[in-house]
Amino acid sequence: MISHLVILWTDALIFLLLVLALAFGIYASRKPHLRRPWGLVVRSRVGVGTLVVLVFYLIVGLLDSIHFHPLSETSDAAGKASRSSEVISLFDSMVSGLRARQEKTYSAPLATHLYAKESIELADGSTIRDFPRLEHGGSHLSDPGQKPADLVRLSAIGILKGLAVSMVAANCLIILLAVAARSNFGNQAKAVLTASTEIPWRVVLVVLSIMLVLIFWSAELASGYHLLGTDKVGEDVLYQALKSIRTGLVIGTLTTLVMLPAAIMLGIMAGYFRGWVDDVIQYIYTTLNSIPGVLLIAAAILMLQIYMSNHAEEFNSLVERADLRLLFLCIILGVTSWTGLCRLLRGESMKLREVDYVQAATAFGVGHLQIIGRHILPNVLHIVLIAVVLDFSGLVLAEAVLSYVNIGVDPSMNSWGNMINSARLEMAREPIVWWSLAAAMIFMFTLVLSANLFSDVVRDAFDPRLHSSR
Amino acid sequence: MMAYIARRILYAIPILIGVNVLTFLLFFVLNSPDDMARMNLGQKRVTPEAVENWKQERGYHLPLLYNASVQGAARLTDTIFFQKSVKLFQFEFGSSDSGRDIGYDISQRMWPSLAIAVPVLLVGLLVNISYALLIAFFRATYIDFWSVVLCVVMMSISGLFYIIGGQYLVSKLLHLVPISGYDTGFNSIKFLILPAIIGVIGGIGSGTRWYRTLFLEEINKDYVRTARAKGLSERAVLFGHVLKNALIPILTGVVVVLPLLFMGSLITESFFGIPGLGSYTIDAINSQDFAIVRSMVFLGSVLYILGLLLTDISYTLVDPRVRLS
Repeated sequence: MISHLVILWTDALIFLLLVLALAFGIYASRKPHLRRPWGLVVRSRVGVGTLVVLVFYLIVGLLDSIHFHPLSETSDAAGKASRSSEVISLFDSMVSGLRARQEKTYSAPLATHLYAKESIELADGSTIRDFPRLEHGGSHLSDPGQKPADLVRLSAIGILKGLAVSMVAANCLIILLAVAARSNFGNQAKAVLTASTEIPWRVVLVVLSIMLVLIFWSAELASGYHLLGTDKVGEDVLYQALKSIRTGLVIGTLTTLVMLPAAIMLGIMAGYFRGWVDDVIQYIYTTLNSIPGVLLIAAAILMLQIYMSNHAEEFNSLVERADLRLLFLCIILGVTSWTGLCRLLRGESMKLREVDYVQAATAFGVGHLQIIGRHILPNVLHIVLIAVVLDFSGLVLAEAVLSYVNIGVDPSMNSWGNMINSARLEMAREPIVWWSLAAAMIFMFTLVLSANLFSDVVRDAFDPRLHSSR
Repeated sequence: MMAYIARRILYAIPILIGVNVLTFLLFFVLNSPDDMARMNLGQKRVTPEAVENWKQERGYHLPLLYNASVQGAARLTDTIFFQKSVKLFQFEFGSSDSGRDIGYDISQRMWPSLAIAVPVLLVGLLVNISYALLIAFFRATYIDFWSVVLCVVMMSISGLFYIIGGQYLVSKLLHLVPISGYDTGFNSIKFLILPAIIGVIGGIGSGTRWYRTLFLEEINKDYVRTARAKGLSERAVLFGHVLKNALIPILTGVVVVLPLLFMGSLITESFFGIPGLGSYTIDAINSQDFAIVRSMVFLGSVLYILGLLLTDISYTLVDPRVRLS
């Protein structure tokens, strides 16, 4: 099925980030001073609960980051299947049903009829104006009146499936835990269910089951209906909201990834070398900081648009073009947001260079690079990490605002900001088209709330003041 | 003190030059004026004459940095860099790409922006501080816990949702105030009240949480324990000691944004159709009017630097321990 992989810029960077995160995880697990705070995070009920939710988002985002040219149905003369020029992701092919089932225009969630009236030709040749049946939503029903019963049936099947899968998952988890703890299944199950395990596995299981039931329930309903309705051109809103997850994650994570090298290097250099290096770096970040962020982004995106329209031939496909714009947006967002972290790192490394062991290393004639690499960098890593986690939710929210002002991601790209942007006109319709807005809001809210709660836990875990008293 | 202020103002000059060079690079070097002309005139079938005309009208026909065709000082002044960037230092914004006087537009559009930003700031401060004090009074109880949860939830909702939801509920369903628009004088109140309320509500989450942290930090200090030990009531401790000391970071945090209030709020103004500087900027971005965007970038940087200076000065005023030197 996968014929020809296409690696977009943001795909490559996302997987680079994943590798970096894994490497950091391995590194942190070997250092007690980094392992302890993470131990606190996974012992917190809020921490693990939100982590499960975030992992679901992450899985969708990662699946959506593997792009390829699908094999088209038609074969050429030689009998070889030719590949189409369209680029789709692994996630697209998994939910191909959602993607393929297009309607003509708006339809409400779970509707069987279109939003707008049309002239319908009856069997006897006369035409009437009425709401036509949808091509796909509820098309398996011979009579729309059966819908409530059908919905109940599908819901029941979906929820039962979800419960079954989560039961299996729970049992697997308990077996694994029992093996790891060398106890038997019964004792381990009792410990998990009475919440007497060190890591709150019960919370993990509860959140996991909720998510699984929700997913199976919506999958079952989405197989016969448009669960969240369709938009103006008849595309499924649920599909759009799911596709937007990747955009949100890319903005939230890649922005920090592209700004990290500059922020870390300049921040440490300013604090460590002091003198004119410090002056120059301070000058750079004060200058960048004093330009209002939105305006800098606007100016940069305007310039990018001009560049792209004048060099249209350099881009092979719309997807590539949109992807490059997304990457550029991440870079420019990074340029406007690295100064805060840089200042923090400068202050911290200023403190560290006066510490005894750094002074000793200097006295022994250890080179600057080695001191920075061995003593300073490992001791400021936790600041970097907290900054990355704290920035995430703000960036996801910022994407929506920027797309609304038309200086965000490409209009052809699925993003919550673009969905909200189009909702502005839909709200003025009669009857009101609320489902695009609601879908974008729910998906965004869940992600941002989880990220906010999670970052609170992380920050508290790394805050030495909170633990010294205990 | 005066010497300090003078030095700070001198220090601002290289920063503004930096801003200027950066925007100049962004606007004129990455994309030549020819590109901009073609973009504005439409992509296809643009005659070279039309491009020349477009550039001539807007003063983009000059060389970028050095004009070899004229004599004397004009070699440097008859360039795009000088005409478009250095003039900004005299607050001569020139005319926009559509031919309007930017300086005049800014002076007109400043007031609607202030009319909405100042009430939002003041009412927001009042609400957030009161709520945070209430939480601090009931700290480590269920009220504290659920208030923090509420704050995090409110922070997690996109600002766009408050605006769209508020407009729908208040204007479309209840018909209390018009959806959008603006009027002069006291008639403008009915247009301003909804955006102001929405602005305050949108800021409650992060504001209250931040102030709560500040209050709780003060409450654990020694002088508060002393005050309690000498028998002061909890109310006297909170208002007399904690509030007063926590006001220092709050105040300086407010002072830094004061000058930027002039710039207005991009989103609110464009949603509610208020003719302020925020919607001015958005319109300029959407119509790709580079002259306006460039002027607003410069204005924003000046105001930001002014805010930093005011912050330093306000520190000395509220905290006698701080001496500027």
